[in-house]
Amino acid sequence: MTGAEVMERPIEGDISLREAEEFIWREADILDRADYEAWLALWAPEGRYVIPLKPEATDFENTLNIVYDDAQMRRMRVERLSGGFAISATPAARTIRLASRFVTMEAGPGLIAVRSAMHLTEDKFDRQRVFVANVEHRLVRRDGALMIRDKVVRMINADGVLTSISYLF
Amino acid sequence: MSAVSSEPNRDYAALSRGDRVRTTIYSDPDLFETEMEKIFGRTWVWVAHTSEVPEKGSFKRSWVGTQPVIVSRDRKGELHVLVNRCRHRAATVCEHDSGRTSSFQCPYHGWGYALDGSLRGVPYSEGYGEGFDKSQFGLRRLKVATYAGMIFASFNEAVEPLEDFLGHARVWIDLFMKQGGGFPVKAAGEHRFSFPGNWKIQLENTTDAYHFPVVHKPFLQSLDAQTEEMFSFLGEDDGFVQDLGNGHSVMVMMPELIDLDADEGWQIPARFSALADQLRERYDEEQVRRIVKAVGGVGFNLNLFPNAACSLSFFRILRPVSATETHIRHIALGMEGGPPEANQMRLRLHEHFQGPMGFGSPDDAEVWERVQRGTAGGPDLDILVNRGEGLEKQGLHGLPRGDVSAETGMRAAYAMWERMMAQ
Repeated sequence: MTGAEVMERPIEGDISLREAEEFIWREADILDRADYEAWLALWAPEGRYVIPLKPEATDFENTLNIVYDDAQMRRMRVERLSGGFAISATPAARTIRLASRFVTMEAGPGLIAVRSAMHLTEDKFDRQRVFVANVEHRLVRRDGALMIRDKVVRMINADGVLTSISYLF
Repeated sequence: MSAVSSEPNRDYAALSRGDRVRTTIYSDPDLFETEMEKIFGRTWVWVAHTSEVPEKGSFKRSWVGTQPVIVSRDRKGELHVLVNRCRHRAATVCEHDSGRTSSFQCPYHGWGYALDGSLRGVPYSEGYGEGFDKSQFGLRRLKVATYAGMIFASFNEAVEPLEDFLGHARVWIDLFMKQGGGFPVKAAGEHRFSFPGNWKIQLENTTDAYHFPVVHKPFLQSLDAQTEEMFSFLGEDDGFVQDLGNGHSVMVMMPELIDLDADEGWQIPARFSALADQLRERYDEEQVRRIVKAVGGVGFNLNLFPNAACSLSFFRILRPVSATETHIRHIALGMEGGPPEANQMRLRLHEHFQGPMGFGSPDDAEVWERVQRGTAGGPDLDILVNRGEGLEKQGLHGLPRGDVSAETGMRAAYAMWERMMAQ
């Protein structure tokens, strides 16, 4: 999938853009509530959760990423955030994220890839921080339900100076 | 550098007293300005690794203290460190992180500079009088020296030779670079993040083993049992912290991993067995063992005063921004031309702990911020760096050596801080 191929007409597939939007909003709500077990259940087991270090990166395996998680790393990450021992997640920052500007990147049988804009505000220690990203979801239908096959979060300042982040995008 | 402190005769020795420091050293803006002048303005400061400027024409942005610099390699292959500021009206001449170029041009009035900083072109130069001497208006050039691939720069023309400054740390730098496993060490990407706190809070952290099982419990819990055991170095007798002089120090957590070329009795850990099997298809057993051992990195943290640390298999570079803000770079290191699967594992290990969303760095950043927040209370109380004092032995070179959790490294750094501030 390449971001350059912006379609002028909606791509036909089994999964409508509207269905994908509702899924992405539901995921955002789950993450804002830090209901990480519910979040894990959204994933296809072979899925990859990637936050690249360069906004335009494609070869995730051979470059340094901020996050490059298979199912095992996702599980470990959730345990870290939920276990009560990670000082940076205890207490956790509050977050509210907005997802908008949904664009279909690819569609086919049982598949849709959607790019959306995300604006996240974090509140902690009497200060607020903002993160903005293009988020690419590749969703598949499995046993009737949508699941995340891959998710790539391209932060606008991925290669800039970030802050420590102890929640998920 | 910045203006001299408003209190030129200030007694800096009173701020650092061996086993404790005054709380104000984390927050006093005047003191910060003086540090930029007397420490970052006078000694050697780490700016880049040679692999970041590999070819003729390569450049990389960096900082010396709060000053932006460009590290460049000219057409003869010589390295230069230049203040990123046009000599005319001060605009930066480079806003790309890194790349290749034949020159730097000021975007404001078009003054052009060569890779060595010399002023080459001035548009409409007839507008300057006859006395205008271009040779006097090159980019400000710092003194440059390298050791084992690390590039250091100094504003101080009279600075002691880099090798003398690094002194007893050099042998540890040499050991650190063995993580190339027979290949040259190369920078393989970096995480950057900031924390709202003083730079010395991070400086203290590199040789602080005491915090590891507390702050990094979630990281330890995410490891397999064998690896967790390896990182459980506290309470064992063989680790140590050694003062190396000039503010440098080393903390040895895993003595069996001091010298990665020493192979005797070393078993390939379970977490690396799949990697070893892959490598066996192309390398002989001796090479496989060497590469695999190198992938896990060295078993010590080396602190190079004032801004660089060598740890496991990465550089940690601190950049002071203000009295209460610090930027951190975690530069992953790979093997240039090495096996891709080994380099991939390096990257995954780096991602696991380091960076804004690693399993370790965010917790470090949080406790550093907590230190800064806490120092708003009890301004008359001191910061204690007294752990292990009185239990130290005379170590290498007659310098103090403490157990692995001793605050020997911090005392070494503050002794140097005091020495430099008293200049």
